[in-house]
Amino acid sequence: MKEFAALFSALDSTTSTKKKTDALLAYFRRAQPADAAWALYFLAGGKPRQTVPTGLLRSAAREAAGIPEWLFDESYDVVGDLAETIAHVLPPAPETIDLPLHVWIEERLLALRGRTPEAVSAALKGYWNELDPAGRFLLTKLIGGSFRVGVARNLVLRALAEASGVDAKLLAQRLMGYTDKQHVPDAARYALLVDPESQASPTEAGQPYPFFLAHPLQAPVESLGVRADWQVEWKWDGIRAQLIRRGAQSWLWSRGEDLLNGRFPEIDAMHARLPDPCVLDGEIVVWRDGRVQPFAELQKRIGRKTVTRKLLAETPVAFLAYDLLEIAGEDWRDRPQWQRRERLEAVVAEAAADGLQLSPLVDAPDWPALAALREESRARGVEGFMLKQREGRYGAGRTKDVGTWWKWKIDPYSVDAVLVYAQSGHGRRANLYTDYTFAVWDGDAGDAANPRRLVPFAKAYSGLTDEEMRQVDQRIRQTTIEKYGPVRSVTPTLVVELGFEGIQASSRHKSGIAVRFPRMLRLRWDKPVEEADSLQALRDFIAESAALRQPG
Amino acid sequence: MDPQKDLVVTRPEGLYCPPGDFFIDPWQPVPHALITHAHGDHLRMGHGRYLTAEAGLHVVRSRVGEVDLQGLPYGEAITHNGVRISFHPAGHVLGSAQIRLEHAGRTWVVSGDYKTGPDATCTPFEPVRCDVFITESTFGLPVFRWAPQQQVFDSMNAWWAANAAAGRASIVYAYSFGKAQRVLSGLDAGIGPIVVHGAVATMDDAYRRSGVALPPTRSVLDATPEELRRCLVVAPPSAQGSTWARRFGDYSDAFASGWMLLRGARRRRNVDRGFILSDHADWPGLLEAIEASGAPRVIVTHGYVEPLVRYLAERGLESGAFRTEYGDDEDVKDEPAPAAPAEPA
Repeated sequence: MKEFAALFSALDSTTSTKKKTDALLAYFRRAQPADAAWALYFLAGGKPRQTVPTGLLRSAAREAAGIPEWLFDESYDVVGDLAETIAHVLPPAPETIDLPLHVWIEERLLALRGRTPEAVSAALKGYWNELDPAGRFLLTKLIGGSFRVGVARNLVLRALAEASGVDAKLLAQRLMGYTDKQHVPDAARYALLVDPESQASPTEAGQPYPFFLAHPLQAPVESLGVRADWQVEWKWDGIRAQLIRRGAQSWLWSRGEDLLNGRFPEIDAMHARLPDPCVLDGEIVVWRDGRVQPFAELQKRIGRKTVTRKLLAETPVAFLAYDLLEIAGEDWRDRPQWQRRERLEAVVAEAAADGLQLSPLVDAPDWPALAALREESRARGVEGFMLKQREGRYGAGRTKDVGTWWKWKIDPYSVDAVLVYAQSGHGRRANLYTDYTFAVWDGDAGDAANPRRLVPFAKAYSGLTDEEMRQVDQRIRQTTIEKYGPVRSVTPTLVVELGFEGIQASSRHKSGIAVRFPRMLRLRWDKPVEEADSLQALRDFIAESAALRQPG
Repeated sequence: MDPQKDLVVTRPEGLYCPPGDFFIDPWQPVPHALITHAHGDHLRMGHGRYLTAEAGLHVVRSRVGEVDLQGLPYGEAITHNGVRISFHPAGHVLGSAQIRLEHAGRTWVVSGDYKTGPDATCTPFEPVRCDVFITESTFGLPVFRWAPQQQVFDSMNAWWAANAAAGRASIVYAYSFGKAQRVLSGLDAGIGPIVVHGAVATMDDAYRRSGVALPPTRSVLDATPEELRRCLVVAPPSAQGSTWARRFGDYSDAFASGWMLLRGARRRRNVDRGFILSDHADWPGLLEAIEASGAPRVIVTHGYVEPLVRYLAERGLESGAFRTEYGDDEDVKDEPAPAAPAEPA
């Protein structure tokens, strides 16, 4: 555990890729397979289900620290992270012990499941009393199911490849599905993973291929050269997924490597119509009246454990296929995009299933025509275009060496809004006000029944540099009206240009609207609050996009 | 409680003693100012007369220059308008004092800033019994607990030795008055040469003139290129990312402050290491000092005021708060840009 805690600290305390790689390498070279199996699982984004409810963690920590609940909460507000609060609020351990990581996880942490709250609480207090603050922090993160570490998957892969001598691409493939909740890491599985001599075919089970990811297009589109060299599709706003059919079995994997089998009966129902074996890449979307519906519709299906018949009828889902990675036992990723596309079209046509649709090609003849068409993105409920090199291969992750996918997104909507509430952030942003609520004007100054007032409509916390955050934090502290726990209300003084991707009428929000992916584009220190935008301007956006959506 | 009889009240200019007609650490110009210590938020320019602990005379002078300044040895008393005034070590930085006021049978103590842990560069904190104790609360939450000082110095020296072995300089950012000298006092000069930034050197001089032993240091201009690759550098936080720092080439950097206990603060600071070293009392230290004062009434100033007030009230003390304009010397936002000698040509 101490070694893994040291690795975590090293990764957490630097932004240097080299230092992170060095720390990973040193760890993988030294660690026992039984421990490395778990370390890799966590580093690759694996999360065991929460073993202890948060409430129980808090009450056990309060009791061990001997402080009242309100004081624990005050501390939590300042620290901004529960595990970190617990790590520091407890008295120092009389002496610390060092058990291997896998013992901590398998014999202690996972063993907490299903025990009585009293037993769990007693066990926790005992564990905490054997660890220094760094160890406590890590253990509590793992117990609470909220462990996250700032290291890219690619970096972990590269370090493991170097430490093990297994080719990074092969390793990437073997690692697919490693963090799936249905598997438990162990020494044997890890040994197989890092064995350079292993002949085990990575595609044997229902394992997906590493997803090929697109890059945002920053340069003018003309810089891509001849239009005819590019395959153009709409950029769908759904859930990226791989559909796998092998040995009369099927798997649906999300990009986050979650197995989605059983979640979308419409897609499960058409598996059998696919050739076997076969692997498709595409997007899960709500498909109704022969077209893709807004992401908000899909959201109604996400996170539902049971899908009612009514919901199925109202929000039918389809797999919108745009690539073919494997067919008839052959890996097609090294074939050019146009060839994969041709074969994909044949497969989709032959399957002829409602739950399987083809992502259509956009055939505008030149870049200017495409640019004009792109303006319709919002009305079509898409985010812009995907531009795929016709001769390109299917890469792994965010690579560009064998082919490139560009995402050519539309500019976001933007409004000038007023900051009215602030909340302190978490992790890197703890102890700093970084999560903001924004309002726009509504009402009329001359109307006593409907006076001019600020109506909150969106929360945003991204888009600012550290320096800008510090400046805003200072302004918030200077203009605080009231504090409610971690939230402060402020005198409206600061206008911020907010960007967002989509907007919809919503009965669940007080303002009557809901925006998608709001973020801060620019601080408008110069702009008086009175000149911020109005709710009417937002309503106009909704009306505009509705008008565009009318046929004809 | 009768406010008419309170020995210290707040006024727009600062903390005020009505019977004595003087101020303590005022933030606006006043005729008579008692100074607990020489950090900028407690010691301001423009007062008529200054009174401070004798041990702090040199550092006060180096901050405000030629003013009407008088020093009083720790523990000795003078009487002003019938108020008996004495200074007692606060253990915060060189010359820092708790100010004890006695008048008509009542005793009040103003702590200024203090810490209860050890520090080789100043006289250790001494508890003073009183009726009312006015305490700071910079780290007034139970998550703030400091490890023993030697443990911090050991890890700092180990980090320096590892960097020196790898042929790169180690830069420690520390507040140039107080924290910088405490860092110097804990360094193992056997590891390599120690370089200080001009802003730190100015304060080092004042410390040495006051009789505080610090390891030998040099200016960056006097170090050879070979020495620069294995030296330890003490510089104010404002030097981070400056052209001054860049001359050390491939260096590793660290920040020394109590705030480094928090992961968020550590990561925002964007340094390789955070050393948790504070010149303020941690939570156990605050409670210990309050207990040792024996005061049934406690007034809390700058820091986590509300939680400490409530916690003390729940423990049966009469507790209240003073709103002050004292800042946070552990947080680098407040340190003024280094003076002219900071950037040698």
